[in-house]
Amino acid sequence: MGLFDIFRQNRKKNTATLAKERLQILIAHEHASGNGLNAPDYLPQLRNEIMEVIRKYVAVDDKSVNVNLEKGDDFDVLELNITLPDRQ
Amino acid sequence: MSRVIVVTSGKGGVGKTTTSAAFSAGLASKGYKTAVIDFDVGLRNLDLIMGVERRVVYDFVNVINGEATLRQALIKDKRVDNLYILPASQTRDKDALTEEGVENVINDLKDDGFDYIICDSPAGIEKGAFMALYFADEAIIVTNPEVSSVRDSDRILGILQSKSRAAEEGNVVKEHLVITRYSPERVDSGDMISLDDIVEILSVPLLGVIPESGSVLQASNSGIPVIMDKESRAGQAYMDIVGRFLGEKIEHRFLDVEKQGFFKKLFG
Repeated sequence: MGLFDIFRQNRKKNTATLAKERLQILIAHEHASGNGLNAPDYLPQLRNEIMEVIRKYVAVDDKSVNVNLEKGDDFDVLELNITLPDRQ
Repeated sequence: MSRVIVVTSGKGGVGKTTTSAAFSAGLASKGYKTAVIDFDVGLRNLDLIMGVERRVVYDFVNVINGEATLRQALIKDKRVDNLYILPASQTRDKDALTEEGVENVINDLKDDGFDYIICDSPAGIEKGAFMALYFADEAIIVTNPEVSSVRDSDRILGILQSKSRAAEEGNVVKEHLVITRYSPERVDSGDMISLDDIVEILSVPLLGVIPESGSVLQASNSGIPVIMDKESRAGQAYMDIVGRFLGEKIEHRFLDVEKQGFFKKLFG
């Protein structure tokens, strides 16, 4: 911010800066969520096979297994979340 | 070695066809045998922008279906040597472009000794856009300095690097960014997102910037690729882009507000 910008406070907010900020937040979010595009095609099948293996040992229903792929800068993280049923 | 280059953007109306026409005419004028293919089946317009609309007899889909040979369908440009246009079909059949059919046409062009095959993508992320980028070695991403265009460019980049054949084989499609309709005056006044910001957000190497210019509309009115208007700033900027693409070192131009004289400033 330049010295003279102080006097320009009353001017309408610089919309180009606003556009940049909104885009950065949006695109970071879309990348993190995999965009539905970057998710590999094998995810659904992977999920089904994992379910089968787990069911050999524990009775879990479909909703209790959550497979998620997170994109990092250098690497991706495959996150597997399994909620086991309550102990009787 | 022939190179397949897709001109794509995601969003419509940003200048894909204008860029395809200019870029292919520029490559051809430098002596490279160039074919430009319109992938916008049902809404063909490349023929109109290049001024060959009255010479269309057979189209891309006719060739794919074996109703015409590639040689019959290719339109040879009368102004630039080495330039050939393959128009899209006006059929409404969305599935007219098959992967096998497109691949055969591209391979035939390669066998015919074409140096560059430019694929003019339709807007959107439907079949036509997908087919246009699937066989690409390189991609020119056309973006306007405007939020929806930048976002769609980011999305099409994601598709390019995950769904193209190169991506499937573990390779990377080489990306080039072309920013069109750029207005240094509006960037200066804070109303337009700057090219540095766009490059930062998309992180794609900048190939060139086309300034907002009336000559683009004049060129499309006349059916002459704007690159042939050597007087115009847009035409010169496209020629710079072709030079840079071919490895020449060329400074970016038309990025700053034109300096006005003292008296012009004083008296407007």
